[in-house]
Amino acid sequence: MAEKPEYSTILHVDMDAFYASVAEKDDPSLRGKAVVVGAGARGVVLSANYAARKFGIRAAMPVSRARRMAPSAIFVVPNHERYSEVSDHIMEIFAAFTPLVEPLSLDEAFLDVTGSKRLLGSGRDIAIKIRSRVESEEGITCSVGIASSKFIAKLASGHCKPNGMLEIAPDRILEFLHPLPVSDIWGVGPKTNEELLRLGLRTVSELANTPRATLIRALGEATGSALYELAWGRDYRDVSPDEPDKSISAAETFAVDIDDPEIILREFLRLTEKATARLRARKMCAKTISIKVRFADFKTINRSKTLALPIDGTQESYEVVKKLYEALKLDRARLRLVGVSLEGLVSGASAPEQLILGEREKGWRQAEAAVDQASARFGSGSVRPARLVKRVEPTDS
Amino acid sequence: MKFVAEREALIDAVNWVARSLSSRPISTSLLGIMIDVTDVITMTGSDLETSTKAILHAEISTPGKVLVPGRLLAEIARSLPAKPITFTLDGTRVLVSAGSAKFTLPTLSVNEYPTLPELPETAGRIATDVFAAAISQVAIAAGRDDSLPTLTGVHIDISRTTITLAATDRYRLAVKEISWNPNNPDIETATLLRARTLSDAAKSLVGNPEVIFALSQSTTNERLVGFISNEKTMTSRTLDGTFPPFRHLLPQESTAQATVEVSTFLDSVRRVALVTDKTVPLRLIFSEGSLQLEAGAGEEAQATEELEIEYSGEPINIAFNPTFLTDGLQAINTPYVHIAFTGANKPAVLSGKSAADSEPISSYKYLLMPMRYTS
Repeated sequence: MAEKPEYSTILHVDMDAFYASVAEKDDPSLRGKAVVVGAGARGVVLSANYAARKFGIRAAMPVSRARRMAPSAIFVVPNHERYSEVSDHIMEIFAAFTPLVEPLSLDEAFLDVTGSKRLLGSGRDIAIKIRSRVESEEGITCSVGIASSKFIAKLASGHCKPNGMLEIAPDRILEFLHPLPVSDIWGVGPKTNEELLRLGLRTVSELANTPRATLIRALGEATGSALYELAWGRDYRDVSPDEPDKSISAAETFAVDIDDPEIILREFLRLTEKATARLRARKMCAKTISIKVRFADFKTINRSKTLALPIDGTQESYEVVKKLYEALKLDRARLRLVGVSLEGLVSGASAPEQLILGEREKGWRQAEAAVDQASARFGSGSVRPARLVKRVEPTDS
Repeated sequence: MKFVAEREALIDAVNWVARSLSSRPISTSLLGIMIDVTDVITMTGSDLETSTKAILHAEISTPGKVLVPGRLLAEIARSLPAKPITFTLDGTRVLVSAGSAKFTLPTLSVNEYPTLPELPETAGRIATDVFAAAISQVAIAAGRDDSLPTLTGVHIDISRTTITLAATDRYRLAVKEISWNPNNPDIETATLLRARTLSDAAKSLVGNPEVIFALSQSTTNERLVGFISNEKTMTSRTLDGTFPPFRHLLPQESTAQATVEVSTFLDSVRRVALVTDKTVPLRLIFSEGSLQLEAGAGEEAQATEELEIEYSGEPINIAFNPTFLTDGLQAINTPYVHIAFTGANKPAVLSGKSAADSEPISSYKYLLMPMRYTS
């Protein structure tokens, strides 16, 4: 048996401005122009190419603001079906180099190529091959970070974007990592960042040179020790190919702000139906259900409930969603967006249904399975809760 | 106000009264324990839903009435040395001393303390041990989800000399019948009381052979239930809502029956359930002479075990939440369990057996709904 190599070789492959690149490739007239994916007066920017980013446009920014910043930019309606098609093919390319592929989203993945090096060359050689195949077969570019851990590989790919490649050798990790701002560390969100700044820790180096005990005191056991480890470039997470989706969510921005609880609840029901149908299609169940509410002033709140037993039913989930919404006691606050998210996903096989005393043996669950089948055959929305069926105005005869 | 009390009696009274204090009451005066000194001492605590009262006998020098922080008093009482304890009101403070230990307690305003409901009319008497055992057998099946308040209760159905206690969280149902001595031999009434309150009462009222059960008339606006044991009382508001009809859920007959020794069954369940999360079902395969337990599936950890049992009927393959099953096996409180089945998707009925060959005891039933795999 071959000796286990001292260091793993992990690639983080990330498409450059994925949605925008796909749009450019499909419509060559867009080439060289500022392209923004995200449409509708009230939507948000999903992706912007590098020409558009020069105007300061960033993902998650309201489309209306992006339009003001770059009136000349071309705004493209997102085509999710097309993105998953391209994504599927990209993942196939990855799989040709190693079975250890852990997709993070449609357009990025970790690849553990430690075992492929003997056959296919060094991490750098493999990265070159992957980049050239993605470009020649899908017409889009990607950036690749190469390192001995997921954490450093991902940082590296972020530093060579767009269309680049950066390898961080194990003995160069600290040299690369320590000058970076703490906000670059995986897991440091705005809140932790603020906390670290309050402690006077701006760079990874400053973080690394703070005693572990001090960090634990300030940030709690889990975050404190995780950050300390990462600050020294220590990350032992494996690339796990079957990492299932962590959540399934559906959200809707209203065309105009809505304050009517009846309309809001109907939207919640529609989103719950959409999310749970996807959940059931993947034969998964969710342990945690959460809702998101964005007010007219963009203030956003989330509420969630973790259930004793994982569920996958539309009605069951909607009951939870409804309770979460009602507990907010919004009193006709104007809402811009509502969303439903199913989290803590577990496979359907390990999530059997706890039967309920006195309930009919064929209940909502069976009805919903039938709805899913009808939708698969006749298109989604062919059978839906009565409250979601569009009213047909009577016509004069 | 001044009195000298014995440590043990004080701790006993204070613990009972502090039981009904809420950590986040709607008014700060409810953080307090009221100490009313006349020719005896009456201590009271309440969270407005439940009130507890205890009489404390002590050497009284000066009568008076004070409201002191309840949890603090309970902690001080517990930590005092085993010496007579002197309470003295000094302005707005209460001095507590025992031997060389001295504490000063601030007082709260007596005037802001709400008027608590009076103990309702006495309805009858129950043997304390019977009552306590029955409550612990039933309360285990009550729901814990406060968004379904009705299911957090124990339904108390009184018909002449029989009280039927029932609780369900929709996944299991526990039903227990006990007899009592009602004052009115023709009494027919029902009430619903929070399971947590009842368990607390049952655990603390031991030491006296009988508990007096008090019930407000169904004609009064406020529905109250009271328990009186010696010099301790508890008064609690009943839960609103209608308890689901449960009697028709009890299957009239069964197609298969098993008898299993409880302690070996419990040990096996615990071992086999080790490999999984506690919400993952435990599969039980009953067939003649054998019970096979399995947990885990696919590439996860797995465990199996086999027990020798008595079984009659077609073999059955059924899955349960292991926690719910364990709860039921423990609540049975007998060396053997009798399990009656009517199908793999129908409730199984657990009842106790004092010996492998004796008849199942009909006064307690634990219905458990199985789990079903998504196809």
